[in-house]
Amino acid sequence: MRGSRTVCNGALTILCGLWLGGCGMDVLHPEGPVGNREVRLITISALLMCLVVLPVFFMTIFFAWRYRADKPRGVYAPEWSYSRKLDIVLWGGPAAIVLALIVINWRATLWLNPYKPLPIKAPVLVVDVVAMDWKWLFIYPDQGIASLNEAAIPTGTQVDFRITSDTVMNVFFIPQLGTQIYAMSGMMTQVHLIAKNPGRYRGLSANFSGPGFPDMRFTTIATSAAGFAAWVKQAQASPAVLDAKGFQFMSGPSGQVPVSFFGHVQPGLFADILAAHDSAAKQLPREDTE
Amino acid sequence: MPTASPTVEKPRPETIFGFWTYIMTDCMIFAALFATFAVLRTQFAGGPTPKQIFDLKTTLEETMLLLCSSASCGCAMVSVHHRKIPPTLFWLAITLCLGAGFVALELHEFLGLVARGAGPDRSAFLSAFFTLVGTHGLHVTAGLLWMLVLVVEMTVLGRGMTDKIAHRLYAWSLFWHFLDIIWVAIFTFVYLNSVR
Amino acid sequence: MNLLGNLSLSQIPYASWIVMTAVGFEIVVALSVLGLITGYGKWGYLWREWLTSVDHKRIGIMYIIVSQVMLLRGFLDAMMMRMQQAVAAGGNQGFLPAHHYDQFFSEHGVIMIFFVVMPFIIGLINIVVPMQIGTRDVAFPFLNSVSLWMVVAAALLLNISLGLGSFAKTGWVAYPPLSEIQYSPGVGVDYYIWVLQLSGFSTLFTGINFFVTIIKRRAPGMGFFRMPLFTWTSFCTVTLILMAFPILTVALALLTLDRYVGTHFFTNDLGGNSMMYVNLFWAWGHPEVYILILPAFGVFSEVTPTFAGKPLFGYKTLVWATIAITVLSFLVWLHHFFTMGAGANVNAFFGMMTMIIAVPTGVKVFSWLFTIYRGRLRFTVPVLWTLGFLITFTLGGMSGVMLALAGNDFVLHNSLFLIAHFHNVLIGGTLFGMFAGFNYWFPKAFGFTLHEGLGKLAFWLWLSGFYVAFMPLYILGFMGMTRRMSHYDNVAWQPYLIVALFGAVLILCGIATMVLQLYVSVRDRAQNRDLTGDPWNGRTLEWSIPSPPPFYNFAITPKVHGIDAFWEYKEHDPKTLPVEYVDIEMPKSTAAGFIVGVLTGVLAFAMIWHIWWSAIASSLAIIGVVIYRAYQEELDYIVPAAEVARIEAGYLNQPKVV
Repeated sequence: MRGSRTVCNGALTILCGLWLGGCGMDVLHPEGPVGNREVRLITISALLMCLVVLPVFFMTIFFAWRYRADKPRGVYAPEWSYSRKLDIVLWGGPAAIVLALIVINWRATLWLNPYKPLPIKAPVLVVDVVAMDWKWLFIYPDQGIASLNEAAIPTGTQVDFRITSDTVMNVFFIPQLGTQIYAMSGMMTQVHLIAKNPGRYRGLSANFSGPGFPDMRFTTIATSAAGFAAWVKQAQASPAVLDAKGFQFMSGPSGQVPVSFFGHVQPGLFADILAAHDSAAKQLPREDTE
Repeated sequence: MPTASPTVEKPRPETIFGFWTYIMTDCMIFAALFATFAVLRTQFAGGPTPKQIFDLKTTLEETMLLLCSSASCGCAMVSVHHRKIPPTLFWLAITLCLGAGFVALELHEFLGLVARGAGPDRSAFLSAFFTLVGTHGLHVTAGLLWMLVLVVEMTVLGRGMTDKIAHRLYAWSLFWHFLDIIWVAIFTFVYLNSVR
Repeated sequence: MNLLGNLSLSQIPYASWIVMTAVGFEIVVALSVLGLITGYGKWGYLWREWLTSVDHKRIGIMYIIVSQVMLLRGFLDAMMMRMQQAVAAGGNQGFLPAHHYDQFFSEHGVIMIFFVVMPFIIGLINIVVPMQIGTRDVAFPFLNSVSLWMVVAAALLLNISLGLGSFAKTGWVAYPPLSEIQYSPGVGVDYYIWVLQLSGFSTLFTGINFFVTIIKRRAPGMGFFRMPLFTWTSFCTVTLILMAFPILTVALALLTLDRYVGTHFFTNDLGGNSMMYVNLFWAWGHPEVYILILPAFGVFSEVTPTFAGKPLFGYKTLVWATIAITVLSFLVWLHHFFTMGAGANVNAFFGMMTMIIAVPTGVKVFSWLFTIYRGRLRFTVPVLWTLGFLITFTLGGMSGVMLALAGNDFVLHNSLFLIAHFHNVLIGGTLFGMFAGFNYWFPKAFGFTLHEGLGKLAFWLWLSGFYVAFMPLYILGFMGMTRRMSHYDNVAWQPYLIVALFGAVLILCGIATMVLQLYVSVRDRAQNRDLTGDPWNGRTLEWSIPSPPPFYNFAITPKVHGIDAFWEYKEHDPKTLPVEYVDIEMPKSTAAGFIVGVLTGVLAFAMIWHIWWSAIASSLAIIGVVIYRAYQEELDYIVPAAEVARIEAGYLNQPKVV
């Protein structure tokens, strides 16, 4: 499996490399297992589709050239309009490829289920994410801190992002880590991500949310356990306190907000934000909440 | 070959089929509204619940009025079939009264709810309720107006019972029965099912 | 009470030179068109022969004129976006502030889908389908006229929004809560709602009309499995319209209630559920995608056999593939929001359905290829568009299947990869198909052929422009760039966006060439006249009558004996029999359709600006006109047999099907 994966990744990298020298392809150069799995899926599906697409390209050009009226080759069959054998191949070929894709898709979709912890042994860190007009708030319930437009995560840790919105729909997305998911008010969505290597990864909103949308970015700092502890310490040192009133104050529209930290967060604030937009906070239907 | 006389116009054969097609699209509209209601039916947002606001007695009266109007509409169509104007007008008048009674009762229910602070802006449940039931009510009103238009054409304009008007009355009766069916669904799913 | 509602002169965006220039340009164009009509004294002609016409061919032509004018407008928006994104990198904010840019992309989507592609499709269906099934008119000619004028009213409203108030700044999907009054106060979303509502109702009427026309008005002998493929795909398209458009009507109506009455369908508070809008929108939106592509498939199914000199490969296969697509198109809508948090099995199921729909589509592509196989392909302009389509659309299909895997969509959703994908299928599929159909049926509609050389040049410019404009977008999707960004900080994206701008310029040249083609063809029409009625050696009934056809299409209702009705006739029964003409009944022209259209425009405008008295007055007026129309007698008139004989004598050198 590992070998085929390397081959696939290699093929795609070369393919893209020919196009663009391979730089800046955040989605295709993931830094964690979720993104890796997704790139593998992209590669496999692209290659499988090539089994149909390339023959079509070839046949279009070849048939058009061979049977052109002004200098035709090959026989002319003005009455020929059907062949059962050919018909079976025409339905069967694409159907076989699609069948393969369906199986691959079903397995991958279950594996990638953003609600479920990844089948990888790793310590778990919970981060609550709130999309606001037009900034991202990260609450670390276990550490009792919060940060604006910057999230630190320890590498090799399963980060359980629990996501909601204080405003319109947004999408929480760190391209280099994989899977994006909508942030919607009164509802909680979830995504589990792991960063393998330390680095600073771009985070963004992938759903248009108003004039401040293009600047609605954050930085994800993947760092060692020690680095993460230092980051938490730095945040805890901040005298700012985030409570319901402070949140209310912050919640109006503002763009290009600089990174800031809150040394103390009112416990249960995330649940309050969820409930604030709905009398009976809706939980999204989840079929697998083992 | 088309040799219709210049005074009596032959109805195009597609009219009734076209009307069925329209009813199909209207079914989709109601299907979407029913789905909306199904999604929002428990979103009370701290506001009144169905048990508190639905008065099944009135609803039953509304149902009876509409069912009876469907029956009288059927009688009217029998008269149309025999091209007899006076009994047609008689049954249509009865249908009109029953239909108007239905609309009046519904309006009364709506106004009462709004007066109690249970208007469509109170909660998602009430938004869905008012919209679904109100859309049906609007259809009934339009049906009554349409019937009046046809009656005026028959009587005031003195056209009598031509084939064209008969076909229009058939189409109208389809519409009327269709609204009856929709109401039965509303009565069952919106009223009875919510107060269970 | 304010007589003008929320309307005031302060709603005109004086401060923006870009918008004011565009408004000025639109006004100049409109005035010069009106001036030209007045100068040539053509108002009477225009009114009698076009504005009040219920002739399906004229209505079809007017639909296509609307779509071409709006194509220019929609493309202007696209150019603005490409120019903005080519410069607005790093700290640069570009030349368009966010509130303009956000309007441009919302308008671009709405215009291209509702006012370019839809009228183009409906125009072609109007012109071609009645002739292909051998009838003299549609089932409900008056309703057809209402449909046309409602869409014109909607298009006018959309253009008015540029200079009066603003259009929506929400994207063409207008997801709540962003489109709710709380986050989008002002008239932008109201314009969106009413423009779409008018266009949607118009489409629904067309759907009913052609559903009935195709079922009830086929020539004797034309069973379902003898209908030409374009008629088949049109039939499936109108069936989809009947099932899908009411859902859009409801979604928009609920949003309207939220904004006007204060209900809570999609709001953030009091129990509203914004995801319900998303579901309703795409329950319409995905069938809509197939509404857009099926007629294009129909065009290719006509063009390929005609110019390959062979019957279509696997007629029945193609029909069943079309039906399969029609049914399946209702079972895939969730793939537009895999990332909204549905369960894994739900995502996997909808991914599966989406991929299954690729099978009949693939079968179609192979059917066209095997129609060319062992044929004699004439490289006309429609054939070029078809070949361009086969390659481009297949590529779009590939990216589509890739997006159908939820796992892929988890990183590509809302990215420029998605933008590239759907432009790939909408331009490479639908638009190429419409252009092929335009060149193919133009001589039928107008009686002269279009200039070949310029047509080919336009094709190559469009094709190359498409690839230069959209291949970089695929790459940008892999680079993590999302859609709808008025500016961006990542300068690594900029080179690709500059390349994309060049692509847009190439397409602009393609559009200019098309305008030139039209001009040259009209100028030289005397040389390019189609005297036979059958310029391409066609196979279906529309080629059996003169070009342009007489207003009654068929002097004698044809009898159909096979799939390619006209081809069979030419093959087996080439002698012209003496014919006996009979009286023909045709619908009279009426101003009612035009008036209803104008009134719906007034109603929508009044609702947008909260001018309640005008809204009530125009609603009553609409009801009044409809009742008046219903009371009218003698809506049809008789064309005497002698008159038919006189008109037909003018076409004596043309063959007739008897």
